[in-house]
Amino acid sequence: MKHSGKFGEYGGIFIPETLMPALEELETAFYESKKDGAFKKEFDHLLKTFVGRPTALTFAETLSKKLGCRVYLKREDLAHTGAHKINNALGQALLAKKMGKKRIIAETGAGQHGTATAIAAAKLGFECDVYMGEVDIERQKPNVFRMKLAGAGVLPVSSGSRTLKDAINEALRDWTASCEDTYYLLGSVLGPHPYPEMVAHFQSVIGQEARKQILEAEGKLPKTIIACVGGGSNAIGIFKEFIQDKDVELIGVEAGGLGIKGGKHAARFADPKLGRKGVLHGTLTYVLQDKFGQIYNTHSVSAGLDYSAVGPEHSMLRDMGRAKYTYATDSEALAAFKLLSEVEGIIPALESSHAVAHLLKYAKHCKKDDVVIVNISGRGDKDIFHVADQLGEKI
Amino acid sequence: MSARLRPKGEGALMPFVVLGDPNYEQSLELIKTLIDNGADALELGFPFSDPIADGSTVQEADQRALASGMNTDKCFSLLKEIREYNSDIPIGLLVYYNLVFQRGLSSFCGDAKKAGVDALLIADMPIEESNAIMGASWKHGISQVFLVAPTTGDARIKQIASLCSGYLYIVSRLGVTGARDSLQVSTLELVQRVRKHTQLPLMVGFGISKPMHIHDVIAAGADGAIVGSALIKIVSKNLVNRRKMLKDVASFIAELKKATVSKPGKN
Repeated sequence: MKHSGKFGEYGGIFIPETLMPALEELETAFYESKKDGAFKKEFDHLLKTFVGRPTALTFAETLSKKLGCRVYLKREDLAHTGAHKINNALGQALLAKKMGKKRIIAETGAGQHGTATAIAAAKLGFECDVYMGEVDIERQKPNVFRMKLAGAGVLPVSSGSRTLKDAINEALRDWTASCEDTYYLLGSVLGPHPYPEMVAHFQSVIGQEARKQILEAEGKLPKTIIACVGGGSNAIGIFKEFIQDKDVELIGVEAGGLGIKGGKHAARFADPKLGRKGVLHGTLTYVLQDKFGQIYNTHSVSAGLDYSAVGPEHSMLRDMGRAKYTYATDSEALAAFKLLSEVEGIIPALESSHAVAHLLKYAKHCKKDDVVIVNISGRGDKDIFHVADQLGEKI
Repeated sequence: MSARLRPKGEGALMPFVVLGDPNYEQSLELIKTLIDNGADALELGFPFSDPIADGSTVQEADQRALASGMNTDKCFSLLKEIREYNSDIPIGLLVYYNLVFQRGLSSFCGDAKKAGVDALLIADMPIEESNAIMGASWKHGISQVFLVAPTTGDARIKQIASLCSGYLYIVSRLGVTGARDSLQVSTLELVQRVRKHTQLPLMVGFGISKPMHIHDVIAAGADGAIVGSALIKIVSKNLVNRRKMLKDVASFIAELKKATVSKPGKN
C-alpha cells in the first residue's frame, strides 16, 4: 500500500490477508484515476447528463421566516435515484470498469446505496448483487423492488442484527472469495483504506457545488452546515470543501433513536458508555460496543443511519474540534419529516430529517442574517410506507 | 512453539473450536476430548459478534458462545482450565482485533501468557497494522502468527514470514472459513510456494474437512492442518445430545490424526 489510510489515529486497514492484494489494486487504480483527466471528464459528464447535477440549492422561504434565519437546502434528493449515493456509486463503478472487473457487489441499509449501485451497474454494464439485512428489506420495500428492476440480485442477510452491519459482513465475505473478478462498491466513508478517502472524494462534488451556489445567492459563506451522519458520506461530501473555512461551523447529526439513555440509538459520539474507539469492518473509529468489544446492535427509525460505526474522518474532525456532532431522536426526525413536507413541499429522507430536526433546535441561537445550509441527502419517497406505519396511518 | 508443531516426524493436527461453544462447561469437555484423541495442537477462537473472515458455521458457533454468556474474561479462565488439564499442548488463539484493542494490547498478551497461550493470530490484522501488537506479544513471549493467502504474492510472503513466529497459517483458498468437499490443486501449489520462503512450520486451514485433505497438504510439504468448521458442525448437530457430541468428535479427531501419519484408505 502507498498510504496507511489514517485520519489522525483513526482509519487504517484492518482486514484479513486474503483481501490485501485486492485493496492494493484498488488503491493504485483510485490514485491513477485521480490524476487521469479522461476519467474525470467521463465522471463529470455522467454526473451532469445521468445524475442531473448540479443539484439545486433551494432557499427555504417559509422555514426561514418561521425560524428567523436564512435556511438553504442542498437538494441531493433531486439527484437520480433520489439520494447523494449515486455520486459515489457511479464514480466507483467507473473505476471498476477501468479495472476490468465483471461483477459489482454492495451492501445496503436504507436501500439508497443499493439502488444507486444497481443503477450504476445497469448503466455501465455490470452484473450486480446487493446484500441487504432482512429487517431493512422489510422496511425499505420500494428500494428492494427498484434494485430488482435494475437487474440486480438482492441477497437477504439473516445473520446477526439483520441490518447494515451484517450486510457489510456478508459483502466482505463474498469479496474474500470473489475479489479476482468482483468489485466491492462500499457505500460510505467507512471500511478499510482506500474506501473512506475514495468515497469522500467522489462525494466532494456536493460541497463544491454548495460553496459556489451559496456565494452566488448570498455573496458570503454560510455560518453553519448541518448534515446527518450514519457512516457519514453525505456529511463528508458537503463538509470537505469548507474545512479550511474556519468560520463555517460544521455539524453532524447522528441517530438518537429512542434516546441515548436506554442504549437504543446509533449515536456513536453521544453515548460515552457504548460509543468508544474500536475496530469494525476494517477501520479504527468510534464504535458502539460492550465493554469487551462485542459490537452493539443499533436502533434508528431510519435504516440509513442504523450502523454501529462512524466514518474515521468524522472521528478525527471531532477530535480536532473542526466539526461538532449531536443527535436527533426518532420522534424529532419524524416531526421534521412532516414539517419540511408541509411548509416547503420537500419530502426529505428519514436520514436527512435528522439534520432538519437539529436545524429546528439550532435556529434558536441564530440571528436573522445567519445563513444555514442543511444537506437534504435524499428524498423520502422510500420512507412513506414506514412513516405512515410509524404515524399510525394507513395508505 | 515451532519445534512442538513437528511431532515425531509426522504431520500435526490442529483442531479449531470457539471457546465457550456451545457453553463454557461443554466447551471444556469438548477441548479435553480433542486433546485425548489425537490433537497435536489447539487453535482456539474468541467468539466475536462480527467475524468477517469466517463462514456461517463459525459465526453460529460464535453466536452460541456469546448467547451462553462468554466474554474475554471467561475465555481466559477457560484457557487456564485447559492448561491445567494439559500442560504442554501448543495453544494458538484466533481473535478479531477489536477484542484485543478493548482490553489493551499489552494486557491482552499478558493475560494470554498467564493463561498458557503460545501464539496469537489476529484474523483482521495484516502486517501493515501489526507494529503495536508485535511489541506487546514480544514483550510477553507470545508468538505472533500471520495469514498467507492464495492472493499473497512472493515478495509479500517473504515480508510476512519475516515478522511471523510460531507458525505460518496458510489460507487454503479464497473465501472465508467453512468445510468444503474438495481441495484445490492451487492449495498444494501455495504450500510449495510458501515453503521456498520460510522454514517456519506451515499450518494449512480454511476448507480442510477430510482425512485425505490432511494427507495431501502434508504430502505437499505442510507441517500440519487446521480443521475447524467440519468439527464445529458435529457440535451444532448434537447440541441436545452431549454424549454423542463428544463420542462423534472423538472418532472424527482420531480419524483425522491417522491421516497425518499415513495415507487414508478410500472411504
